[in-house]
Amino acid sequence: MKLVTAVIKPFKLDDVKDALKAAGSAGITVSEVRGFGRQGGHTETYRGAEYKIDFVPKVSLQVVVDDADVDSIVEAITTSAATGKIGDGKIWVTDVDRIIRIRTGEEGGDAV
Amino acid sequence: MIALDSGHTAWVLMSAALVLFMTPGLAFFYGGMVRSKNMLGMLMQNIFAMGLVSTIWAIVGFSLVFGDSGNGWIGNFDFLFLADVNNLDGDIPGMALVAFQMMFAVITPALITGATADRLKFGSYAVLIGFWSLLVYIPAAKWVFNGWLLDMGALDFAGGTAIHINAGVAALAVVIVIGNRKGHGTVAMPPHNLPLTMLGTGILWFGWIGFNAGSGLAADGVAAQALVNTHLAAATGMLGWLLVEKLKAGHATTLGAASGAVAGLVAITPCAGFVGGPAPLIIGAAAGVLCFLALGIKEKMNWDDSLDVIAVHLIGGIVGTLLLGFFADTAINGEFDGVFYGGGLELLKDQFVAAIVVGVFSFVVTFALAKIIDSTMGLRIDEEAELRGLDQSQHAESAYTS
Repeated sequence: MKLVTAVIKPFKLDDVKDALKAAGSAGITVSEVRGFGRQGGHTETYRGAEYKIDFVPKVSLQVVVDDADVDSIVEAITTSAATGKIGDGKIWVTDVDRIIRIRTGEEGGDAV
Repeated sequence: MIALDSGHTAWVLMSAALVLFMTPGLAFFYGGMVRSKNMLGMLMQNIFAMGLVSTIWAIVGFSLVFGDSGNGWIGNFDFLFLADVNNLDGDIPGMALVAFQMMFAVITPALITGATADRLKFGSYAVLIGFWSLLVYIPAAKWVFNGWLLDMGALDFAGGTAIHINAGVAALAVVIVIGNRKGHGTVAMPPHNLPLTMLGTGILWFGWIGFNAGSGLAADGVAAQALVNTHLAAATGMLGWLLVEKLKAGHATTLGAASGAVAGLVAITPCAGFVGGPAPLIIGAAAGVLCFLALGIKEKMNWDDSLDVIAVHLIGGIVGTLLLGFFADTAINGEFDGVFYGGGLELLKDQFVAAIVVGVFSFVVTFALAKIIDSTMGLRIDEEAELRGLDQSQHAESAYTS
């Protein structure tokens, strides 16, 4: 089992959701996050005073998948979230030790 | 006795309601500009003025401004608890004047809250504006609207000196005593909700119609002129501000549109019923441009005038008060001509004296008052409370809960 975490541009969320559904993902968890990478922040001006906004709004999403599906899920996110411009985000994949469905107590692949 | 005029009375009562609405408008104008943790604190300071200052006004305030003491400095106690106010001679009932002027007394100290945002202790704020109303606003209003500055020949249609210069200078005095916000100049403190600031701007602009066009205490041609002047100055104030903002800072912003409109409204306040023709357009535009340029003052002086009360109200008030000395036109109101209408320098000199007198008086008394409160009960919240914000530390509430 793997946890696929992606940080993407907020306005790409719907495209990514549709791509993940099409790739057979059973569910995703989404959070609104802020951060910076190479894109850096931007400046805002209030009454002539410039403010550097370092943290850019992003959406983080998490999907737990079977090892066999990792590549297709990563591929789905990469294609659907890409704009080709700086700030498209990142994907990382980590191992998951255990997974349990709360309602039934099922574990492992059955719980995904 | 002069017979009561129902038209005049109706318009003054209506104007009182319009001016009342400005204080919650101001609350949202300012509230949108503070950080979210201080939103309720800002709203509360403004709304609270409606409670406290109205009470003071009814008990003694009106009497000290409009009680006929025979001197130009302070009224008397004839109208304590609003007794016998309808004995005042005029074509509107005395009680209509009480209502209209009460709303001015309410909003004036509320203007100060923009300068001291995010750090005033609530109890100390209450004491401050209570005494400020008695010791600063009431004398200044007496001199300007019903006393020696008026007799001297200075004109102030709706409160450029008594309200805007007065509150602007007082804001400066309190800022100097209370000090800057923690993190001022190093931590970004951008407005948390500019849509609310835009809403507040709309309410202020709307209410200002009553503020200025009601100040002649009559429903007549001067009122109509004042209404149009008020609206036009707000319009060109916005345009002037946006133009320099775009040129100097790169973007025309919503906060700039709001600030420019308010700057225009401030500047036209003393002039509203005395000028006509192109004057309101010029006065508004001048205020928009000059108030934007005045934003740099606080930077230079390291005054944390958090929401620019000095730039907008003090500078806007000075611009309007002095420009009246140039643009006053007897064809509009039969009072005085300014420099541009053949009246010479007389009026301009009187305007200058009124601005200086009110400014110096307000600064000295407000500074002393703030110092006394600061050394007795403390004017400022402690550092931990400032970090948590006014909402939780002063009121045990949060503006935004999920």
